Amino acid sequence: MTKIEKKIGGGAGFLAVYLLLGIVFGYVMTRAEVVSWFRIQEMFRFQSFRMYGIIGMAIVTAAISIALLKRFGIQSVSGESISIPDKQLGRGIRYIVGGTIFGLGWALTGACPGALFALVGSGVSVMVAAVASAVAGAWVYGWLRPRLPH
Amino acid sequence: MTGWLGGEWPWYVAGPLIGLIVPALLIAGNKQFGISSNLRHLCSIIAPGKVEFFHYDWKRVGLWNLVFLGGVVIGGFLAFHGGTGHTVAISAETRAALVKLGIHDFTGLVPHEIFNWSALLTLRGFVSIVVGGFLVGFGASYAGGCTSGHAISGLANFQLPSLIAVVGFFAGGLAATYFILPWLL
Repeated sequence: MTKIEKKIGGGAGFLAVYLLLGIVFGYVMTRAEVVSWFRIQEMFRFQSFRMYGIIGMAIVTAAISIALLKRFGIQSVSGESISIPDKQLGRGIRYIVGGTIFGLGWALTGACPGALFALVGSGVSVMVAAVASAVAGAWVYGWLRPRLPH
Repeated sequence: MTGWLGGEWPWYVAGPLIGLIVPALLIAGNKQFGISSNLRHLCSIIAPGKVEFFHYDWKRVGLWNLVFLGGVVIGGFLAFHGGTGHTVAISAETRAALVKLGIHDFTGLVPHEIFNWSALLTLRGFVSIVVGGFLVGFGASYAGGCTSGHAISGLANFQLPSLIAVVGFFAGGLAATYFILPWLL
C-alpha cells in the first residue's frame, strides 16, 4: 500500500471512489437516455444528432483530458504514473468480427453492457436475463478463444 | 423535478460528464474505463471451469471495476427515482418507423411490450433479450471492449483497433436495425 492509500483509508477508500464514479456514470447515462432502446433505434436510423452528440462530446472530453494528463506527466492519486497501454492490432479480425457481433446485440437489446446494468437498476428487471446471457456470451468466448481467429 | 434536472439531460451536458469518467479513473488509480471486462471477471468468479482465460486474480485485476459496475446499477436506480418514467422524446420519424414495426407502448426507457418477463417466452422477446444479450457479451469479449472501452476510451486515445471495432459496432447495429428487427418485431 502506498503512503497516500494509507492516508485515505487504504484500498477501501479507493473502492469508494470507484463506486461513486460508477454511480455518476450510471446516473448520467440513464438521465441522458443513452440506455433507452428507443434512443438506440433513433441513432441507428440516423434520425437524431443526440446520441452522436453525446458519444462525440464524451470522446473529445476524454481525448483532451488524456492529452493534458500526458503533457503534464500527472501521477495517479494511488501513486502510479498514468499510462494507457496501446491496443494490439494483430490481424485485426477480432475487432471487426467481434465488433460486428457486438453491434448486432447492441441493436437487438437496445443496450450496451453499461446500459444493461443501469437498466436493471432503473427497474427493468427482465434485463437481469440479458445480463446473465451476456455473461454466458463472455464465457463461450473464453471457451472458444483458442480456436477463434484474432 | 422540474427545470433542467427534469426530463432528459441535453447531449452537451451528458457527453462531457461521461467523457470525464476516463480521466477520473486514471487519476484515481491509473484505471482504464471499460465496462465489458467485468463480464470476464464475473465468469472468473462464477464458473471459471477449465477455461484458461478465466483463471487469473480477478480481485487484483477487476475488483475496482466490479465495484464501479455496482455503482452503475445504483446510478440507474437513483436516476429512475429522479424521474425517467416519462416517454422518451424520440424524433417523429423514428416513432413512425417503430409504429410501423408494431411498437405501441412508448412510455419509459424501453418498449415494455418486448422487455418484460412473460415476453421471454415469445420469439421477439427471447431474441431481443436473451440472444441480444448473448451477442453483446460474446461480441464485446471477442472485440476486447464495448462502447466504453473502444468507442470512448479507445478513440480518445487514438487507437486504430478501437476505430475498427466501432466500424464493426455500426455494421452490426445497422444490419440488425434494417434486416433483423423488421422481421422480428
